[in-house]
Amino acid sequence: MNKYLFYPGCSMDTSARAYNESLMAIRDVLEIDLAEINDWNCCGATEYLGINLIPAYALIARNLALATKQANGTRTVVASCSACYLNLAKADHYMGEREALNVHVNDALAAGGLSYKPGSLEIRHLLDVIINDIGLDFVRSKVVKPLKGLRVAPYLGCMVPRPDYKKRWSDHEHPNELDRLLKALGAEVIDFPLKTHCCGGHMTQISPSTAFELIRRLLQSADQYRADVMVTVCPMCQMNLDAYQRETNQHFHTNYQIPILFFTQLMGVAFGKEPKELGFGRELVKANQAMSRIGVETPTEEPKVQPRRKKPTGLPMPTMPGEAVEEE
Amino acid sequence: MTTLARKFNDTDPNVRFLEEVSERTAGVSRLEMCIQCGTCGGSCPSAADMDHTPRMLFALIRAGMREEALSSNTPWICVSCYHCVVRCPQDVHIADVMYTLKSMAIQAKLYKDSTAPDFSQTFVDMVETYGRSYEFGLATRHYLKHFPLRMPSMAPMGLGMLSKKRMDITPKRIEGIEQLKAILARAKQLEVVS
Repeated sequence: MNKYLFYPGCSMDTSARAYNESLMAIRDVLEIDLAEINDWNCCGATEYLGINLIPAYALIARNLALATKQANGTRTVVASCSACYLNLAKADHYMGEREALNVHVNDALAAGGLSYKPGSLEIRHLLDVIINDIGLDFVRSKVVKPLKGLRVAPYLGCMVPRPDYKKRWSDHEHPNELDRLLKALGAEVIDFPLKTHCCGGHMTQISPSTAFELIRRLLQSADQYRADVMVTVCPMCQMNLDAYQRETNQHFHTNYQIPILFFTQLMGVAFGKEPKELGFGRELVKANQAMSRIGVETPTEEPKVQPRRKKPTGLPMPTMPGEAVEEE
Repeated sequence: MTTLARKFNDTDPNVRFLEEVSERTAGVSRLEMCIQCGTCGGSCPSAADMDHTPRMLFALIRAGMREEALSSNTPWICVSCYHCVVRCPQDVHIADVMYTLKSMAIQAKLYKDSTAPDFSQTFVDMVETYGRSYEFGLATRHYLKHFPLRMPSMAPMGLGMLSKKRMDITPKRIEGIEQLKAILARAKQLEVVS
């Protein structure tokens, strides 16, 4: 059994609950032991770095310091969120690269009775661990329900393959790790050209039109390749593409309905786990239709009847290609 | 390291601007290595919404044009996708320089649109209070102040997130919050010194 220290990050308990649930459900199959870092704090996302340098790094480094104290037979910290992964890796990397930063951050940590020596931990993303430690042969051997017939767009986002301080990924812009994993599960994987493009990050909150354009590009590309679902490795990407898909559609007068799932959810399905324990049904763009194509029933709520927005007697409205014309 | 400022002991803050930006960036910024090739702007997914492409911004910094550089929206539109970083032939730490410029713009009060700085500050306030991010509090505070008109179109999403238990109404607090506060208080003193 491989042992790791686990940094879940804030989203795993809230917006990315499905990620957490599915990861917990497949832990045993993967034979990994994830020991959560006790009393970890938020990594500061991309927000704190733009406010104050030393506090931002001290905030991240508290987690590294706590992890070092807890390290028991392992020095590898696994993060499931791309932004958390990058922040933890970044603090470790820059504290090693620049002595002044190291001194200041440790000075701050000392105020809380902690310290961290850069390089003492190995920071890795969950996907990296599954591909490189557990291995695809092992994953393949555990598949009981191949995802045959499910067309999947593998979406990795930015912060896992870039900047990639330790050169772990096959490519910065077109890495094949996620593709290979999904193929091992039996899925039909499209060659998704935008697989490492940006989901918009926090722009949904500060410059919505910038974010909607980035989201639109991803949805349009996945749609052009006739993907049934898009698979992500990051809570932020899932949130932007799933929860803001409706607003993006409104903004561009489009009608994309592409379910956005976590790779761990599809792993769980292929391993024969019940969709309910894998967090299916929490997505806002429903995945049940796509999953039913491969004979998997996923939970969903009863669709509520929405009030009609347009009167049928109103002026005829232009429709997008492929959009059904409503008839009364 | 880069300008002649140190040598001649020039105290004009504009002369020392490049040096200052480099100094305040987390790692070794390599900003002085920029050859103005424009690969960064060409790789940028959000360049269309920027006042200056990253290349132009770096030219402003090197020319000591502090006010223009710090009032540009460019660092705030940067989505931290690191496309430019991996493509830069000179390995300039572009994304980290953008973070530096944001913090300098806030301190110099030069960036006029408060939407993005407010969002960052509100996020940080939540983290400093609870030790964890608190999306419900963050979203309501931010939308009421900056996007009140967007709330109706956001409502279905917000309700969906709540009903699917993807957003908590109450915040979670870490046990070592006092320890974290002590660390951050000390860190802020160090920030002022350096």
